[in-house]
Parts: sequence; structure tokens; C-alpha cells
Amino acid sequence: MKNILITAFLLISTYSFTQTTVQGNVKDKKGNPVAGVSITLKDTYDGAVTDSSGNYSFTTTEKGKHILSFTNVNYNEDSSIIDLEGKPITINITVKEKFNILNAVTVIAGSFEAGDNKRAATVLNSIDIATTAGSNADITAALKTLPGAQQIGNQEGLFVRGGTGEETKQFIDGTLVNNPYYTSVPDIATRGRFSPFLFKGTVFSTGGYSALYGQALSSAVILESIDMPEKSAATASISPIVVGGGVQQLSKNKNFSWGVDYDYVNLIAYFNIVKQTPDYFDMPEFHSGDANFRIKTKGGIIKYYTTFNYNHLGLRRPDIDSTNYKDAFGIINHNWYNNLSWRQNLGNGWKMNMGLSYSTNRDDISQQVQDASNNNKSWNYQPWISKNFHIKSRQDLSQIKEVFEKKLGGLSAIRFGGEYWYSYNPTHYINIDSDYYFKQKDNYAALFAEGDIYITNDIALKLGTRYEYSSIIRKANIAPRISMAYKVGKGAQVSLAYGIFYEKPLNNELVYNTSLNYTKATHYIANYQVNRNDRIFRIEAFYKKYDDLVKTFPTYNNAGYGYAKGFELFLRDKKTFKNIDYWISYSYLDTKRDFENYPQELAPNFAAKHTASVVVKHFITKWKAGVNATYTFATGRPYYNFMFDNTQGKFVISDQGQTKDYNSLNFSVEYLPSLGKKDAKTFIVLFASMSNVLGQKQVYGYNYSFNGLNKEPILPTAPRFYFIGCFLSWGIDRSQDAINNNL
Amino acid sequence: MKITDINNIYKNTNKTHMKHLLLAATVLISISAFSQSDKYESAMKQALQQYDSAKSMADLESIAAKFQRIGDAEKTQWLPYYWSGLALTRTGWMYFPNDKGVTAVKTDNLSSTIDALSGRINALEDKADALATDDDAKSEILLIRNMAYTQQMIIDPQTRYMTYGMQAGTALDKAMDLNPNNPRAYYLKGSSLFGTPEQFGGGKAAAKPMFEKAVELGKAEQQKPLMPHWGLELSEQMLAACQ
Repeated sequence: MKNILITAFLLISTYSFTQTTVQGNVKDKKGNPVAGVSITLKDTYDGAVTDSSGNYSFTTTEKGKHILSFTNVNYNEDSSIIDLEGKPITINITVKEKFNILNAVTVIAGSFEAGDNKRAATVLNSIDIATTAGSNADITAALKTLPGAQQIGNQEGLFVRGGTGEETKQFIDGTLVNNPYYTSVPDIATRGRFSPFLFKGTVFSTGGYSALYGQALSSAVILESIDMPEKSAATASISPIVVGGGVQQLSKNKNFSWGVDYDYVNLIAYFNIVKQTPDYFDMPEFHSGDANFRIKTKGGIIKYYTTFNYNHLGLRRPDIDSTNYKDAFGIINHNWYNNLSWRQNLGNGWKMNMGLSYSTNRDDISQQVQDASNNNKSWNYQPWISKNFHIKSRQDLSQIKEVFEKKLGGLSAIRFGGEYWYSYNPTHYINIDSDYYFKQKDNYAALFAEGDIYITNDIALKLGTRYEYSSIIRKANIAPRISMAYKVGKGAQVSLAYGIFYEKPLNNELVYNTSLNYTKATHYIANYQVNRNDRIFRIEAFYKKYDDLVKTFPTYNNAGYGYAKGFELFLRDKKTFKNIDYWISYSYLDTKRDFENYPQELAPNFAAKHTASVVVKHFITKWKAGVNATYTFATGRPYYNFMFDNTQGKFVISDQGQTKDYNSLNFSVEYLPSLGKKDAKTFIVLFASMSNVLGQKQVYGYNYSFNGLNKEPILPTAPRFYFIGCFLSWGIDRSQDAINNNL
Repeated sequence: MKITDINNIYKNTNKTHMKHLLLAATVLISISAFSQSDKYESAMKQALQQYDSAKSMADLESIAAKFQRIGDAEKTQWLPYYWSGLALTRTGWMYFPNDKGVTAVKTDNLSSTIDALSGRINALEDKADALATDDDAKSEILLIRNMAYTQQMIIDPQTRYMTYGMQAGTALDKAMDLNPNNPRAYYLKGSSLFGTPEQFGGGKAAAKPMFEKAVELGKAEQQKPLMPHWGLELSEQMLAACQ
């Protein structure tokens, strides 16, 4: 009995108290020790965590065969079977890194991504855009403070890396926006039609953009609209320039929302206080209304947005070919834009994005030469014959786009799809001796495929191809795109991009010749970026080759060509100075081209060699106010006068020069008195801004008289621009928003 | 101790010893059975002691892993995952400057470090939540999530408030709904107000009643073994700081 009990206890004691030491080391594929790997003897409490040398050690009283598992959030789980019998066991292991969206590189060559995207490299959200001094909540104006964009003040659009404004296209939820800006007046830039607050994400690509987009030689602005609003709300805005209001309703279950807005802009009061150089005989007046609805589907969302604009204006400026005549220019514009998008998770790693869009833009433009008492004048010879005209034009664009995405292993994915555009552009041109009616129709179709290939977290490739066909020119093209990113250190990466980009000739060129070919640009981009703790620094170098640009003389042909090369620096820092966010951009650009009626390859008049911007934002909590400043500098741009030389039978440069350097200091302030007042039913924002505070003379170029003897600088319509406004909202407690902006 | 071992002992003994052996076996089995729940409790108690004395990131990572191993082995207990998540939130705070402006641990990319950590914490709390049966437990779990989201938000409130700030607020509100007498919920609410400038409705005056409530509820709280019990001392400190 005794013996047995002793035996039994011995057995138990041996069983319980035989300890086995398990130890070892964990390395990654490069042979570096991995700290923080959790080692577990499965289904027991025993285990350990690797130290900074990758070593671990623990003892266990378990016996027999067990599974030893190795887990860490950044590495694939691994395990090995061990037999515990009292002898020390050493298990060394090499773990493989997991594909992880947070650690992985992203291909960023050529693009500035902004928005609430976790991976966004450079964030310019809607509030950033609105608080960029000088932007006055215009997306394009804010993007101009980023490297790559020119400071062009006499034409709308983004002039990127030696490209014209037409070489940059805007896309909303995947589909092209045909008329993103208000119809232009010669020598005056107009604003964009879309408010930054409509969008949650913005990608500003200054080159090398994805094969999902086309028809932009230089640059793409890719805008992603917001999904569901946070809450139901009503808003109003009051200023000497604009009054407006709107409502946004969110259903109780948050699956459906709708909203309407209306804004009325009239510049009569403003122009009476702030004198403008042109004589506005028809004061600019803008009506715009928009409506939207959004429906959440199971695993997706359907969004519809529509906006209608009606505006008119008329202005007189001195005629350059005379001393006492004036040109009276007028516009009446109607624009209706519709966008329906459907984003849907199809399961099994499949996703779908569908976009439908219809827009129609109607311009009624006229110009009339008038004498000192504003009586109409007309002559049947040059230069006057082309100065009196009346154009009625219409641009309709219907589009459908479908993109499918399939997630592959890790972070890799493939995307493919197609799009179809139908454009209809009738134009009626009347002057004293002619009456033309042109009608252009184009059926444009594109197919595209793109793959994101992650070899490891540190190296990624993006391969894409786009095929396009346009019926008006009856030509097809194939545009390959390739880019890659490689991680070179903590938070640092190198990206490279190459791609071919095609764009149809412009409508006013196709009027003369529909057998023109696509214009073509080839991009080569190298980028280095470091992103550490709220500080981003990047440097990007590029070379862009232009082929088949449209020449307008001697006939409309594709004999044009050119290049652009340069480098750009960007620094954004939210960290160094408390409550101060600033960014600095610098662009160096060397570009020449021969296109349109250029007599030879020349540096174009829309390209400055050096451009720099400094944007600073400071929020003063005590005052519940923010102050913002932007300083922009650009070296002078070349200007030319091309005249037809009858003896040589071609265009020659009759005069040329360089404008003075461009400087602009802009200020804005916002005051939020109801900030933090919990019970405040109305949230108030007071905003004021002043552009070109120092009143520095800004010369955008020169206009020449017909005989080339008289030249006039192209200047802004007033040296400074002022804005004051009050924005009210009810329903949403925006104070939370602002509080946490400034913690 | 397994039954098969007992059987082996049985086979190797003669019948005269049977009675005694059965007795011994019964005792052994009871010890073994008793030790199964005792093992959990004693392991948790030991781990909690380690948790209380943990200072460095390595200590906390190690204790978080230990809680997780206990949870994984037990399969029915929510508390190990709760504590594992709480230990990880403590590592998260180390990446942010303390009240003296000193940051204990530096990282090259704060946002990806904290986002990854929050992912781990929420995954643990998902497991805890699946095992928790009562509202009080679910309330505690939501507070861990609140801290994880708060850490994600304060990296860059301007861009992150709309996502993580909202998630943190929702988690805290829900935690208070599930257990209106949870002192830790008031402590966290108070801390959030304390860190918010007065101009925005925060500050000492706004935070004070929250800490008072936290202290009052904390003192009244019955301490149950292994259950969350932290916060009273912190609330008292913060209340003192509000004076």
C-alpha cells in the first residue's frame, strides 16, 4: 500500500514537475532578428515573446507531442511539432512577412493623393483646400500650390509640367467631367464648378496616372465624392457676392440620404466697391442648383449628383487695334451635369464600380466692336471682320464606365473594364460675311486592364494597358503604363513610372480636319519620398516627350512635337510648430514645343522656369480662429507675337520677351464663434480673404495689335480680390470636428 | 493528469490494493479536476500581478501574449482577451508624449504603428466580445476599443477625427449605456474632456464632474477577482489635477 502510494505520487510528481526548456531564435528572410513574435505551446498557457535579439525561452511542465506556434501581426503564422520529454529543445525559425496594407509601399510616382484614404501620401482634404489662402475654396486654385502646376491667371485649368490646360482632365467617381470650369472670358480665368466639400478624396496626378483613365496628355485630377452624410443638416451662406442655402436629409437607418442646394451669385455690389478694369455692362450673375441622393446597398452604395448652372455676363475692354473703339463681349451659359455611380462588393474578392454620366453645356457667346458711345460698329475687312461674331455652341457628353476588380493573394489585385463616351458638339458661328454650322459627333470607346503586383511589402508593381478608339478620327491606340515602388528605408521609398498617354485633337481643331491623329505624350518619372511622423518630403524628376501635337499651319496636321523635363520638391510638416501646418513646393521646368502656329520649337508662353509656393495655416485656439497665408512666386514667362510673313510664306516671331516675375501674397482668416458651444443650435463660420495683399503687379502675358505695333499687358481685372462671407449650419455639430482638428 | 494514466496504474496493481488505489485515484482526480479551474485562476492572478508591475513595452507585450495564450487555451473566458487588449493599449500610449512631454518609445511611422496596434487590440476584443455574456462585460470591452480608436485619432485629429474620433465616441457612449455605473467609462469621458481646450467645451471644469462620478462609482465598486478594477487611482489623480 505504502509503496503504491509512493509510486503513485512519484509518478504524479515526475509527471507534474519535469520541466522542459524550449528556446530558440526568430529571424526574417533577410536574417534580421524579429522581436515581438509570440510563441505559444498550443492549448496551454506556456509560451514566450521574442526579445529585441529575436530570442525566446520558456519552460513547460507539459509532456509529449505539442504544437509550437509563432505568431506576429506582421508575419505569417508558423508552427512546428515538438516532443517534450525533459530535454531542452531549441527551435530556430525564419518567418515570412505578411502582405500588409499599412506597411506596404504604394506607387506614388507622379501623384498626390489626398483624402481620408489611410494610405494617402499627401493629404489635402476639403478643409485644407478651403483654408488655403488664395484658393477661396476652388479646388484648382489649391492644387496650384502643389509642385508641377503653373501659376496661370489668364486662363482656367491646370497647366502641368509644360502642358496646356486642355492636357489636364478631371474625373468624378471615374467618369470625365466635360466642362469642369465656368465658360471662360478671354484673358480671365474662371473658377471650377465643383465645391471641394463634395469630395472625400482627391488624387492630383502630375503624370504617369493609371490605365483606368485616358484622354489627358499631362495630368488627371481624380475626385471621389463623399458617401453618406454624417447627419441631417441645413446650411446657409451669406456674403456680398453670394447667398445660398440647402438641406441634407439622412434617413433614420442611415441607408438613404438626399439633399438640395441653391446658390445665387451677383457681383454688382462687389464691382461697385472694388473697381474693375473692364466695364461690365452686364453684371455677372450665376444661379446654381444641385441635388443628390445616396442609397446604401448590401455591400455597396449608389450615388447620384446633379447640378444645374445658369450664368451670364458682359464686359467691354478697349480694342487693341484702335484708340477709341471697344470690344463688348458677352456670355450666356447653361450647364447641366449628372453623375450616377454604383460601387458594389460582389463577394469572393470581386468588386465593381459603375459610372454613368450625362452633361450638356450651352454657350451663347458674342463680341461686338463699339465706339466711344457704345454704338455697334462693323467693317468687312481685317482685323475687324473677325472681331464681331456670335457663337452658339453646345457640348453634350454621355458616358458609361464599368470597372471590375478582383483581389488576388496578399495585396495584389487586377482591375479591368471599359468605357464608352458619346459626344455631340454642334456649333453655330455667325459673323458679317459667314454663317457656319458644324456638327461633331464622336463615339469613343476604351478597354483597360491593370494589375497591382506586390512581390513583398517592400516592392510593388503596377502594370496597365489601355486601348482606345475614336470614331471621329477613325483611329485606335494602345497605351501601356508601368510603375513600381520600392521601399528603401523606414518610411522612405523610391517610385518609378513610365507610360504613354493619348489625347484626341481639340474640337476646334477637328472642325478643320477630322483625319488628325491622337496627340501623344510619353512620361518618365522618378520619385523619392520620406514620410515620417507627419512630415513628408519628396523629390520627383520627370521627362516628358510630346509627339504628334497639332500644328495649325500650313494645314492642320500632327507635325508638332516637344519635351518637358524638370524636378520638383515638396515638404509638408504638421509637426515641428505647434498648431501650424505648412507646405513648401518648388518646381523647375525646362520645356519647349512646336505646335499650333509656332514657327519653331519654343518655350511656350504658359511655362515658367521656376515656381514656388509656401502655404502656412495657423489655428489659434484661444480666439477660435484660423489665419492662413500663401506666398507664390514664379519667374516670368516667355511671350511672343507670331505674324504671317508673306515673303517667306510662313509665321515668324515678330516680337518676343519675358514677363516680369509673378508674386502673390494671399491671406485668409476664419472665425468660428460657436465652436465648442454644446447647446449652440447654429454653427457659424465667418470667413474673410484677400488675394495679392501687397498689390504686386501681375502680368500674365501680352496681347498684340493686328499690325504688331501695339502691345498691351494681360493683367488681372483688379489688383486684389476680397471675399467676406458667413456660413451657417444647423443640425451637424461641426464643433466636434474643429475641436479635434486642434487638440 | 489523464484518465489513461490512472488506468495504467490500475492495470499494474493487484486487487488487494484496489480499495486504496481507488481512493488515491479519486483524490488524484479531484485534485486534477480542482486544479483545472484553479489553474486558470492562479495563472490569471499571476499574470495580473505581472500586469500591475509591467513597465516597459517588452514587459507589456509579454504579458499581453500571456493573457492571449490563457484565452486561447481556455476558449470560454473573455477576461484573458480583455486584459491582453488592455496591456496593448498601454503600449500604445508609450508612442505619445506624456504630461512632461517625453515620448517613451519612438517610431518612424506613428500612424501605421498605431493603426496596426489598434487592429490587434480590436481583434482581441472581438474574441472577448464573442465570449462575454453580460452587459457589464461588454461595457468593459467597449472601453478598450474606445482607447484604441482614441489613439488612432490623436495621431492627426484633423484628418482622423471623422473616422476614429467618431468610433471612439460611439464605443464610449455604448459602454455607458450598457453599464451606467461603470467608473472607467466616466474616467475615459473625463480624460477626453480634460484634453480638449476650454474654448471647445472641454477643460478642467467640464472634466471634473466626470472624474468625481468615476471616483464615486469606483469606491462603491465591489472588486471581483480577475475583473477589471483599474481606474480609481487614476480618476483620483485626475480629479486632483482638476482642482
